[in-house]
Amino acid sequence: MSVAISKRDYSLIGRDCKLAEEAGLASAEWYACPIPRKRLKELMQRRDGPAIRDTLLWFALLGLTGWLGWHFWGTWWCVPAFLVYGVLYCSCSDSRWHECGHRTAFKTTWMNDVVYEMASFMVLRESTPWRWSHTRHHTDTIIVGRDPEIAVPRPPDVPGILLGFFSLKSGPKEFKKVFLHCCGKLTAEEKTYIPELENGKVFWTARIWILIYAAVIAWAISIHSILPLMLVGLPSFYGAWLLVIFGLTQHAGLAENVLDHRLNCRTVYMNPVFRFVYWNMNYHLEHHMFPLVPYHALAALHQEMKADTPRPYHGLIEAYREIIPAILRQVKDPAYYVKRELPSSAKPFPTAIPTAQAAH
Amino acid sequence: MSEEWIKTCGVDDIEPEDVLRFDHGERTFAIYRSTDGKFFATDGLCTHQNVHLAGGFVMDNLIECPKHNGRFDFMTGKAKGAPVCVDLKTYPTKVEAGAVFICLG
Repeated sequence: MSVAISKRDYSLIGRDCKLAEEAGLASAEWYACPIPRKRLKELMQRRDGPAIRDTLLWFALLGLTGWLGWHFWGTWWCVPAFLVYGVLYCSCSDSRWHECGHRTAFKTTWMNDVVYEMASFMVLRESTPWRWSHTRHHTDTIIVGRDPEIAVPRPPDVPGILLGFFSLKSGPKEFKKVFLHCCGKLTAEEKTYIPELENGKVFWTARIWILIYAAVIAWAISIHSILPLMLVGLPSFYGAWLLVIFGLTQHAGLAENVLDHRLNCRTVYMNPVFRFVYWNMNYHLEHHMFPLVPYHALAALHQEMKADTPRPYHGLIEAYREIIPAILRQVKDPAYYVKRELPSSAKPFPTAIPTAQAAH
Repeated sequence: MSEEWIKTCGVDDIEPEDVLRFDHGERTFAIYRSTDGKFFATDGLCTHQNVHLAGGFVMDNLIECPKHNGRFDFMTGKAKGAPVCVDLKTYPTKVEAGAVFICLG
């Protein structure tokens, strides 16, 4: 679908932020599929077991592949070892960061918080700023000028997306922010979503990160090898590619400025290995609509909702058959987006509230 | 000064470890029943972004906001970490003749 559009301002302190607020899109009420309270309560139940099992397996695989990479360093055998290690280190951390950030992965709060801090470091997202940025993402999902986590602003920056496969665009930006936070400062945009009383946590975490990176660099220099950095630091770059492949399926190419997650989120069926790496974030529509449901119950939640939601995608290939052409078309026609069709059994909801789309 | 007790719901209207919305005039409240059958009451809206807590999840003595997973101790109103930073106001409750009352002061 394509409508008249002027150039959008994705900044959180710009024109489209004001337009979104005026149009009632900021902190608005969103559609929710009707699920009986009793069933929803069952789905929201927290458990430690699944996340402890998955986390122990994750750590074991990290340890094994890291050891193999170390052991075979200097031979070609270290390449596959670090390939897997990097994905486990960075791409796997994306989903752990996400689920533990919501504090739904484990029942026990401190377990969520410990894994969240570790995963934040490994995926190169400062824990406190990103907690608040993600809170805003849930308040104003893909609302232009309000959501700080729109992965593919229009017109899409295709070279930037490709650089993202190795964090070459976001990584340097994040390090710049780490240094800024180290000096006790926030960006103007961060000030719009991080409460002042969290500032100390932001600054001290950034300082700890710098100390860790300094220690690893010192270790590498002392042994005249980049091997320590292959284990800590560089995997945040060379292991990011799967995170991007998974992450783009969430919202890329779909509608902006709608108050219905059925129209701006994708659910993509994935195999068990991908679901382990992604911790069921492929049920993304379900997660956005009911963020209190833990990852291990999302497949069951999907069954409860699917009569009221668009058809899910049967795998990454089907999803990318839609995403790639949509992104390429948006380069030339930023007004274009993929309109998700609701099934005949679905309940309608007022959508397509314009801000920049029709306001200019 | 006289206390104003308002009838909210029947004791059986809320399951143990659950929450119910109660509106009174222009105000809205959340009424909780703990696992041991005691009743508690707080303001209905999350102090973070005005989302009603009655759609949230009760776990032990915590209520989790349905929108952003912010948590409060519903017995004390204490905010239990980001993204909630401001405590909830709590209200005394009593049970009489099978109904739950809250005291609005």
